[in-house]
Amino acid sequence: MFEGLSPALILVASALLTGLLKNRLRDGLVLLAPLLTLWAIWQVPDGVVATVGFLDYQIEPVEGSALRRLFATIFAIMAFAGGLYAFRQAKWYELAAAQAYAAGAIGVCFAGDLITLFIYWEMMALFSTIIVWCGGTAGAKAAGVRYAIMHLLGGIILKVGIEGVVVHTGSIQIQPMLASNFDTWMILIGILINAAAPPVSAWLADAYPESSPTGSVFLSAFTTKTAVLALILLFPGEPVLIWVGLYMVMYGIIYALLENDARRILAYSIVNQVGFMVCAVGIGTQMAINGAAAHAFAHIIYKALLFMSAGVVIYRTGKSKCTDLGGLFRTMPVTTICGIIGALAISGFPLTSGFVTKTMTSQAAINESLAVVYFLLAAASAGVFLHAGIKFPWFVFFQKDSGMRPKDAPWNMAAAMVLLSAICIFIGVFPASFYELLPYPVEYQAYTTAKVLFYLQLLLFSGLAFFLLLPLMKRTETVSLDTDWLWRVLLFGWAKRTYNVASLVGAKIDSSVKSSLNRLQSRAQSYFDPSAENQRKDSKYFFSKAQPIGQTALWIAVLLTGYVLAYYL
Amino acid sequence: MTDSQKDSWLVRPSSIRLMWIIFIVILALTVGAQFFVKIKGYFGIDAWFGFGAAYGFLACLAMVIVAKLLGFVLKRSEQYYDAGDDDV
Repeated sequence: MFEGLSPALILVASALLTGLLKNRLRDGLVLLAPLLTLWAIWQVPDGVVATVGFLDYQIEPVEGSALRRLFATIFAIMAFAGGLYAFRQAKWYELAAAQAYAAGAIGVCFAGDLITLFIYWEMMALFSTIIVWCGGTAGAKAAGVRYAIMHLLGGIILKVGIEGVVVHTGSIQIQPMLASNFDTWMILIGILINAAAPPVSAWLADAYPESSPTGSVFLSAFTTKTAVLALILLFPGEPVLIWVGLYMVMYGIIYALLENDARRILAYSIVNQVGFMVCAVGIGTQMAINGAAAHAFAHIIYKALLFMSAGVVIYRTGKSKCTDLGGLFRTMPVTTICGIIGALAISGFPLTSGFVTKTMTSQAAINESLAVVYFLLAAASAGVFLHAGIKFPWFVFFQKDSGMRPKDAPWNMAAAMVLLSAICIFIGVFPASFYELLPYPVEYQAYTTAKVLFYLQLLLFSGLAFFLLLPLMKRTETVSLDTDWLWRVLLFGWAKRTYNVASLVGAKIDSSVKSSLNRLQSRAQSYFDPSAENQRKDSKYFFSKAQPIGQTALWIAVLLTGYVLAYYL
Repeated sequence: MTDSQKDSWLVRPSSIRLMWIIFIVILALTVGAQFFVKIKGYFGIDAWFGFGAAYGFLACLAMVIVAKLLGFVLKRSEQYYDAGDDDV
């Protein structure tokens, strides 16, 4: 009887109930709803499960496939792990928004048509904005507004594209397309905005680090990865994505190297990691799509893990800048070790999930003889170790003694981190069982001696470079300009100047109108004086003076004569 | 630090020296292992002896330097965006 209902609706219901329940019941709901969703996800068979008539369209709210279930699975796991991490610390409305946000992401996974996809897409935009606002600071409020503008704009562009495709082809099906005309370009751009692609990558590092320590864990997981899924479903093998992806990879590294805020470093590295996936979608072979999907799965786990360890540090110390942190390993062993596991996984160290997923994309580049892509991805792997693999744990947990001796993570936060660390290592050690979940059959051997040796050389010598170049990477208390400078400063400056000029002109017009009205009034007053005393004394007020009746009769006679004459002439 | 004996083992100068030695030995081993394990490479150049090591190191060097140079252009004080926010 539930066939036509998307598994996402379980989380929608629990998001609604979260506000109504209290204490233990709410805790139980936040933890159980994602598990129930996970079960429901694995009940969805392949193909379109149900169709519903909506206006003149056949909506397909639930369509299953291995790829869709894979993404939905990781989103449900994240809803659970994030819930476990947050349920004792976060506000109830943040928990509710997070569940609705996860529901949007899972809804996108099973959307069989563009209309359903768009509705869940907007749901994500809405509730992720609320999570940014849950940061509670003035900075979070402003960043949330900028975030909302960017995502609503992206939504409109996506909508324009969808409308165009529907009008011109008559089909609302989700099927592979190429960016060949205006409509498909609009869809591609709308999706890429959510993937934090250039030139608007800045929204991600602007908004995520402003959220609460628990909020950033949810934010890191859903929006960019649903965009990757949408790219896989709609634009596999679109060549432009290779270069968009490579740009994102390099952008993430460079900006992360410049950054001082621990969570902002992690935010830039999301762009970097999503770049690997976008590039893989652009290559578009079965191996590459497997690589993109596998990497998205692994990435969500280790990136959430990294945000969790950064979140514990912020929760315990209230500080997030590298210049304020350091030496925390002494009193935060669990957070340090879990953070390091996440850092090794993102760097793709052998025996971690990053190694068995990232190298699939490289292998796909090799299979297609894309030498430049392969070497750039290899350089980027080294760069990931540099900016996230060592830089993040080094500056937060080691570096110098900041003098702070905060307590380690609360038990639920520690449990969530240990769970995700275990998944990172499990996938890295037993890749075969993970590969079975991928959309295409995998004929790929992750562990060959030569490959392990090559990556060990690459990564360990990156580590050497890090410690030798440390003087060049001294943290400074600065922010880095990005393309968002164009609208946050330049455009805003113009708008402000236009506003000022307009208000100046407006004031001028106002005052001149007022003064001429005044003049008119005093002029009129010279003929009609309102006060009765003046009437008698002063003869200047012509129209208010008493006139002799004979004179009036004479004037009437003259006027009437004039009228009669005019009538007959 | 005066009471370095009391602080964590990890930050004592003697252990830092030891870790550097271990690290350098591991680095040498990963390159040296290429005498025994043949990396056949896919594009010719990546089969060279110690290619991974040199490429990893140089790539990082290049990225750090590019970031450093871009930093001169892009870095602003943390209050940069706050300055004009509260007017309108």
